[in-house]
Formats: sequence, C-alpha cells, structure tokens
Amino acid sequence: MAWAVAAVLGLLLLLGSPGGCGGSPGPPRDSLREELLLSPLPSGDIAATFQFRARWDSELHREGVSHYRLFPKALGQLISKYLVRELHLSLTQGFWRTRTWGQPYLQAPAGAELWVWFQDSVTDVDKAWKELSNILSGIFCASLNFIDSTNTVTPTASFKPLGLANVTDHHLLRYAVLPREIVCTENLTPWKKLLPCSSKAGLAVLLKAERLFHTSYHSQAVHIRPICRDASCLSVSWELRQTLTVVFDTFSIGQGKRDWSLFKMFSRTVTEACPLASESKIYVDISSKTQENELLEVTPPPLSVHEASVQGDRRTYAVYDLLSPLLFNVSRSLNVQLKWKRPQDSLDLSTPVLHAQRYVSGYGLQTGEISTLIYNTHPYRAFPVILLETVPWYLRLYVHTLVITTKGKENKPSYIHYQPAQDRRRPHLLEMLIQLPANSVTKITIQFERALLKWTEYTPDPNHGFYVSPSVLSALVPSVLAMKAEDAEKSPLFTSLFPSADGSSYFVRLYTEPLLVNLPTPDFSMPYNVICLTCTVVAVCYGSFYNLLTRTFHVEEPSRGGLAKRLANIIRKVRGVPPL
Amino acid sequence: MSYICRRFSAQTFDADPGDSGWWQQQFIGLLSQGSETIEVLGGPQGSGWFWGSPKCCAEVRGADGSWDGGRGPGLRCQVTLLFAQFQLTVPVSVVFAKGALPGAQQRRLPFADTQEEESLLNRKNQADAALLPLQEDSLGALTVYVIPETSPLLPQGVGVYVGKHRSAVMRCPQGPGDVLAAVSARVQQIVQAMSFTTDSITAALSDRVPMDQLGTDTRRPFKSSLGYEITFSLLNPDPKSHDVHWDIEAAVSGYVQPFLDKLGSVANFSVDSQILYYAVLGVSPRFDKASSSFILSALSLPHVINPVEARLGSSATSLYPVLNFLLYVPERIHSPLYIQDKDGAAVGTNAFHSPRWGGIMVYNVDHPAPDKALLPLRVDVDMVRVMEVFLAQLRLLFGISQVPLPEEFLLESPGNKGLTDWELDRLLWTRTVENIATVSTTLTSLAQLLDKIGNIVIKDDVASEVYHAVASAQTAMLELASGHLGSAFQASKEAVISSERAFFDPSLLHLLYFPDDQKFAIYIPLFLPMAVPILLSLVKILREAKQSKKEPTKTD
Repeated sequence: MAWAVAAVLGLLLLLGSPGGCGGSPGPPRDSLREELLLSPLPSGDIAATFQFRARWDSELHREGVSHYRLFPKALGQLISKYLVRELHLSLTQGFWRTRTWGQPYLQAPAGAELWVWFQDSVTDVDKAWKELSNILSGIFCASLNFIDSTNTVTPTASFKPLGLANVTDHHLLRYAVLPREIVCTENLTPWKKLLPCSSKAGLAVLLKAERLFHTSYHSQAVHIRPICRDASCLSVSWELRQTLTVVFDTFSIGQGKRDWSLFKMFSRTVTEACPLASESKIYVDISSKTQENELLEVTPPPLSVHEASVQGDRRTYAVYDLLSPLLFNVSRSLNVQLKWKRPQDSLDLSTPVLHAQRYVSGYGLQTGEISTLIYNTHPYRAFPVILLETVPWYLRLYVHTLVITTKGKENKPSYIHYQPAQDRRRPHLLEMLIQLPANSVTKITIQFERALLKWTEYTPDPNHGFYVSPSVLSALVPSVLAMKAEDAEKSPLFTSLFPSADGSSYFVRLYTEPLLVNLPTPDFSMPYNVICLTCTVVAVCYGSFYNLLTRTFHVEEPSRGGLAKRLANIIRKVRGVPPL
Repeated sequence: MSYICRRFSAQTFDADPGDSGWWQQQFIGLLSQGSETIEVLGGPQGSGWFWGSPKCCAEVRGADGSWDGGRGPGLRCQVTLLFAQFQLTVPVSVVFAKGALPGAQQRRLPFADTQEEESLLNRKNQADAALLPLQEDSLGALTVYVIPETSPLLPQGVGVYVGKHRSAVMRCPQGPGDVLAAVSARVQQIVQAMSFTTDSITAALSDRVPMDQLGTDTRRPFKSSLGYEITFSLLNPDPKSHDVHWDIEAAVSGYVQPFLDKLGSVANFSVDSQILYYAVLGVSPRFDKASSSFILSALSLPHVINPVEARLGSSATSLYPVLNFLLYVPERIHSPLYIQDKDGAAVGTNAFHSPRWGGIMVYNVDHPAPDKALLPLRVDVDMVRVMEVFLAQLRLLFGISQVPLPEEFLLESPGNKGLTDWELDRLLWTRTVENIATVSTTLTSLAQLLDKIGNIVIKDDVASEVYHAVASAQTAMLELASGHLGSAFQASKEAVISSERAFFDPSLLHLLYFPDDQKFAIYIPLFLPMAVPILLSLVKILREAKQSKKEPTKTD
C-alpha cells in the first residue's frame, strides 16, 4: 500500500473557511431507543421481542440530506432515491401459533413479506418497486429479487399506512409475500449491522445467531415510516424500527422447565446500555389472570412496574431501565430470571378473540379447495374483518364456488374486491369484508383448478409442492376494557406501532399458515428417456437398412455342407442311395 | 498491447497567410527521451504583444477500436482492434511582452501581431487575473507570456510563474546564444507541466496496458468513471468515552463542494457522510513507552481497512465507485495513536491513504483528566484540519498530483476551489486517453466473447451502441489531435457509456447460449448405435482390401 503524507494543501483552505466548527450543541436531531420485551406464553414457551427505534428529525425526501448518524445510510439513501413513504419488511422463519401463543405484538407471515407505500410523486410505481426490492435483496441478503408481477398485489383495504399519510390512494401501495423464503444468519447479520451499536453494546449483545435460530419462531423486521415530530405535527420525522421476535421452546431449550433467564435463552447477559440510546429498557410481562396471587417471580427485583393496556388486555410489566445507575450497582451484569411460583396447569389457555386457520383439501391433481376458518371467540361482540387472499395464477380460482358460512348460514360479505389472475403475469387478489358474529366460526371455501406449467417454470424440487402465501386478516377487535390514549413518545415501543382507533377497540393483523399445494409435475427425465428410446429405434432401423443397402449378395456354393447334410449323407450311404 | 512513444512528429500549422494574428511555428517534440527540441522558424518581426499559436505535439501510441462486420440484427460481429496512434495536441499561445526579446531576435519571430496592451501590472497575482480575459476560453488551450528579464513582475529567483488559470508568465532567458531556442525549451517545459507528459499518459493507459515498470504513484488514481460517490465516515469505536461531533455539512459545502464543482465536467459526484460506532481497526496498535503513545506502523496498515469496510457498506443506490474517507477517533485506551512510516518517524498528518479506495485519518483526542465521571467526553472535530488532509487525499486519488518542477517555477495556489484550471486540463487529458483505452478494451472483450460463442445474437440496439462507441472514440481521437480538449473528453465519455451499455446488455450473457458439446452428448444414443454398422463395414472394407492385395501375390 502506498501511503502519503498529505501536507500539500495548507494553503488550499485559507480561503473560504466556514466558521463555527465548534458551534453550540443543538438538540440531538436523532435518537435511539431500544427495548426488550420478555413475555411468557400460555404454552410455557417464552417470546422475546427486541425493538430498536431510530428516530430522525429530518426530511429525507428533501434534496441533499446525506449526512447520517444513527439512521443507517443504506436505508436513508433508499428512501430518498425511490421516494418511499413507508416500508415494511419482515423475514420470518416458523409460524406464530396464535391459538396457543396468543396475539403477537408484531405479526409477520412465514417467509419474507414486503409492503411499501410510495410517494404520490412517483410516476412509475412498478419500476420503483422492482428496483427497490432488488436493492433490499442485496442489503438483507434475501431473495427479494424474486418479487415480480406474479406475486405482487395492490390491496385496496387491508394495508393502510401506519405512519403519517394524507394520501391513501392504494395505487401507490405494493405488497408481496415470498412464503418459500428461508431465513437464516445471513439475513440477521446485515440486519444487525444497521443498528448504531451494531451488536457490540446494549441489548443487541444478546443477538447471538446460534441461539436465535435455535428457536421455534424467528421473525425480524424493518419498519420505516414518517411520524409527527411533535404534538403539533407541523413537520415530519422519520422512524426506523428494527424488531426481532423469537420464541424459545420449553422442551428443546428449556429442558422441560418453564423457568427462564436471559442467560438460558441467549447464553449471554446484559452488562450495559447502548451509550447512544436515549432509552434502554427490558420489560417482563408479569401480568396474571387472577390479581390476588402472583404466579411469576422475577429476579432481580424490578426497579419499577409499568401498567399498560395492550391488545385489549391490562398487562403488568416489570421494567429494568439499563440507563439507571442503580441497576448495575449490585452486580456488573443483569441476568433477568423468571420463576413460576407453583407448577401451573397448562390448561388455562385463554384463546385469543380472533384467530384463524387455513388448509387445502380435495384429491387428485386437477381440482382442490382452499378453506379458511376464522374464529371469533368474543362472548357478545360481533366485528368485521378484512380478509386478503393472494393466490398464484397457477391455481385458477373459481369465484362462483366462493362460499362463506357462519353457524350454518350463508354470510354475505359487505365488500368484495376481486382481481382475477393473468397467466404468468399477476396473481389472484381477493379482498372481502366479512362480519363475524359473536362466538362463531366462519368458514370460507373456494375451489380452484391446478394449471399445467411449462417445464421451465417449475421450481427446483417441484415434488415438494408450491407455496401459496398466507391470507391476511385485519380487524379492529373490540377490547374488553377501555384503553386510554397514551402519548406515543412515552409509551413502550411495543405498544405503539399500530395505531389504535379509539379506546374501545384495537387493531389486529393476523396471518394464516402458508399452504403447500402439489401441482401436476411431469417426469423431468422423460425428454432424455424419449430421446434415448427414439434414437435407439432409429439407430436399429438405420443399421438394418445400412446392412441391406451395403451388403452384396452372391450365391455361395455349398462346399462341405452342414451337419444335417452330412448326417443325411451317412444315412443315404447306409441305405445305398447316392449322396446329396 | 505495446506502448511506443519514441516517435517524431513534425506538424505544421498552416494558417491563412492573410490572418495577421498567427505565426507559423513548428515544434518537434521528442518526448520520451527527455531531450526536447523546439525549433522556431523565422518570420516577420514585430513589437508589442505577439499572439502566437504554435502546436506542441506529443504523439503516443495507444489502441483504437474499430468495428468490423456488424451489419444489422443477428449478424455475427467481429471487432478487430488495431493499434493506432494517439495524437495529442495542445494549443499554446506564446505572447511576448514589449522588450522581452532583443531586437535582433524579434526580427526572427514568425509573425507579429500589434495588439497593444496597456495594462500596468505590478503584482503577479494581479497579472494572472487581469490576463484572464485576454485568453482563449477553452479547455486545454494554454498561454505563455514572455516578459523581459528585468521585469519586476516576478520576484527574484523565479523564472516561471504558473497562474491559477491557463496561463504562465516566464522571464525571457538572457545570455548569449539563441534566445528563441531557449524560450522554446522553456515553453516546452511549461506546457508539459500544465498539460501532460509522456509519463502521465502512460499512467493513464497503465490500467489497460500491462506494464511492469510503473511505480506506485501511477496506480494510485481512481479509474476513470462517469461518477463517484464520496463518503466521509466518522469512526467512533468508543462511544462510551467520546461523544464526537463533526460539522460535516458545513465542511462539505465549504471545502469539498467547490472542488467538486470545478470537477463537475469530469464526472458526477455525490457526497454523503455517516457516523459508525464500535467500528474498530483491524490491528491493535503497539504501545511505545518512549512517547507514551500508541503506534500504528506502516507495515500493519494494509490490515487496517478490511474489518472496517464490512461496516462501511457500499452505496445502495448507485453503481459508481465509492471513495471512502474515514476519520478515526481511537479508543480511549489506545490514544494517542500515531501512524509511523517505514523509517519509524511519525507521520505529520497522522493520515494515510489506500490507492483506489480512499483515505484514513486518525484524530486524537486530548484527555484532560482521567476522570471516569466526566465521560463521555464531548469532542468537536476541527474540520479545517481534517478537510485539509482529505482534500489532499482526494486530489491524489483523482491523480492531480504535483508535477516535479524545476526550482525556479512558482505555482499559484489553487484558491478555495482546490484546483487550478490547468490542473483540471491535466486531468482531462489523461482521462480522455484512459476513456479511449477503456472503450478499446471493452470492445475487445466483446469481440472475444463473440469469437467464443459463434451463435450469439447481436441485437440492433447493441450493434448501434457499438457503432456509436467506435464513432465517438474516433471523434475523441480526432479532437485530441486537433487540440479540442473539451469536445474530445465529451466524446470519449459518450464512447465509454455506449461501449459499457453494449457490453453489459443482458442479451449477451454467455450462459444463455447452450454449449455445443452438451448438444452432442444428448444425441450420443443416436450416434453410437449408428456408428456401429458403419465402423463394422469399414473394418470389413479394410479386410477385403487387404485380402484383395494379398490375392494377386497368391496368383503369381
């Protein structure tokens, strides 16, 4: 390496030097908050949800903003170049079992999901979407470059901007799910690199890949949205939320015991907060169904307790503020431990108000049926739900077979948006607004026919089947207790991504299981077999023709005769007849 | 590719005889051997300011792509690349001040232009500015003013003064002998300093032409590209102890932007900055007891960049090369940190640069007291000190380096733009040559690809891009030869764009084409059984032929 002493330009800078290199420190224009939420699940597993929020009081779309501090440069450049209003990307391995685990704080479908709202100044949304997904694919090492027109849809009602938006023209929205995507460490590393403290300090120290992927559910996400800078909301700030949810299994990680600690989960403990963070907290969900006896014991004793109403439920959280000097007085590291006071019978599973399941039925390789079951377990309240189905073009839906039944009666949706598929160009999109009566199960069935693909269109390992992306349920679920509106800046991060419309209901988005459908799959070695067979036949024919054409036939005089002739001659000799 | 520069060139500039503004002069330049001769042919005499326009001709052999055989869609194309000559011409005007030449010599001047100039010039800086409107306002055109030996315009001991723009003032050399020849030699020297030398052109071609004898300096500049991303990164590996702030926005608009504005015709630039925390260098520095400081030796510098680079990230939104400038504030336990050069002496600027990558500067923080309670320590970076270094590195990375000049040359400082007009010209000369060489190699690779895969399809638009690239490259070379630097550079840029577009066309992916040997493999089941009777009958024919040969001997 050549290296030079740069002493050339002393005089260069004499002219036109701007003053004020040591100016007064203004208010920080960007801030970072990090938090970890540990919530024991009814099944005995434990969910750990990390949220890192970088907030930047800057207008990214203005020309010339190119100086980044806490906000990652790669994402900032992306937003300003492609005029993105909102970007939500999630990469998930595993399936969140809503029925046994309860409502997730951050929902994500299995595989990769990307939905983006563009600014209204974008002229060619499809082109921007294509380029954006390609670049995101590079940033996150994911196969997002496989997003094309055959798996992109524009939902009309299901996905509304989560941040500040006055434009809700759904033509600026693009949504795509890749259910086949497999998430692994190569996706986690670039995600961690976007954090200001990387994984060197703060809560991110716990993000050890070998532990995070040894779980039954792993979901990492990036949410970028514009938010109000202050209460008056005259200017815009940008918010980047990086979230990561993992579910540790009782049996594989916890050795059958339901007692958890940070060390047991992550094989590390927390020693310090990220020095750049303005807030760094660990929340532990210690709420119990019955107020009189607490079931959970948390050590070390929490410094404070926070009560919040989350998803229609009042929850109590033990809070460890890593920035508080009291916390690390006793010991140098913090290892939060959860102990159950008495062996809890696992039968008190409270099923969530809304959950769903989906399956594919039918036999043979020609037709089939997709059935979706939506459960409303609310004892007395009915509420509507928006169902979004995206089905690839090679499953040809018969819309006339769409049947929605609730309690044995037909349920007529109040809104249907159906966009039929075009072969090799776009998928089916079906959006419906369905009223769910109280305490009911709604069954939605639709029949389809399997299309034949060209032989190049089959994915590798086609006998594995083809994935159908999960359907999306969005609903405002009525809550049992009234929630009071809280200041979004003060409340914990996990409560504030989805806006709650009013105090009486809360927003829930659910994803069903992805489906695996077998398509009629040809024998891919057949062409070669056919070639071999026909070639052999042709060659044999050719050989005999060749022999016929090239062989010269001439009458051969019998010289000695065959064995039969000799035998005949011997017999003739014996009989005294002249030989042949 | 070989590179030959030992060529004589004698170019005569034929101007209209009636045009009183021109004279005839012939420069015969022998550039590679260092013994330059300039011959001034005789002409009519004159007085006052003379406007002359001789041509300094440097001839360099390079490569030229010529496209042969691309005829419409789907045609098989073949590019043959011929070695051709680069001919670079610098228009130089030599202006003689009144009294600069002795009378006898004046008579020998080729032509006289009686354009009187009455300005009273006292200081050299004034002269530089005042003479600006008199010059031709075109890229690459130089003007040399010859003033009398005794003129007080230049300070003592300074023979040549090179201004900020495209002009130089020289003292007329005194003494016995041919003054004009001495003037010519001096002019040649000035022109080489202000435009190009053989070495600079060689260096520009070095990336395309394998050459061993080049030093590290030639490999330092960035390759010619249509745009560059400049990223300033502040690395703070220890945010617990240092709360580092830098006013990068003001520094960029104050120092970097004027420089880049000046270079705007060369390429597109975008500047951004970021702060990276917990980004550490790849090597741990050595503690030096004598100075109670930490030392990063020159030998370990190559290992410094790699771990940092993973964090830097490339630009997400453009494909241009990235120039990285890192300001590294060492950890508290490792400060102060100094860079040592190969001889063991500390480097004054505490900075180093990596060729074609960028630069790193170590910025030490003073620790007033080892008091833990006061941490983190707020640090406001002195951007003037930092930007001085980064701008110097930026100049090096663009190949705007100092030319070795004789003692008596005095250079004007480039001012707040950081770049003089003639330095820009120098850059443009080399960039134009480099662009043409790039086009040539790109088209050669394309031709090689076409040779390799016979049935590749060249679409109409690809063919037209190739035609356009060749035409633009030829235009660029013509313009270079006629001394129009600006248009030559533009043409070479267009040629690069077209050739790259043709080369990277997705239809030319060689994986799209099925290799012939595999086609053969598929039909083996046909060929093999068919070959059996043919071979058998061949054997039979041979046997019969042998027998028929034997038979006559039998009858004998």
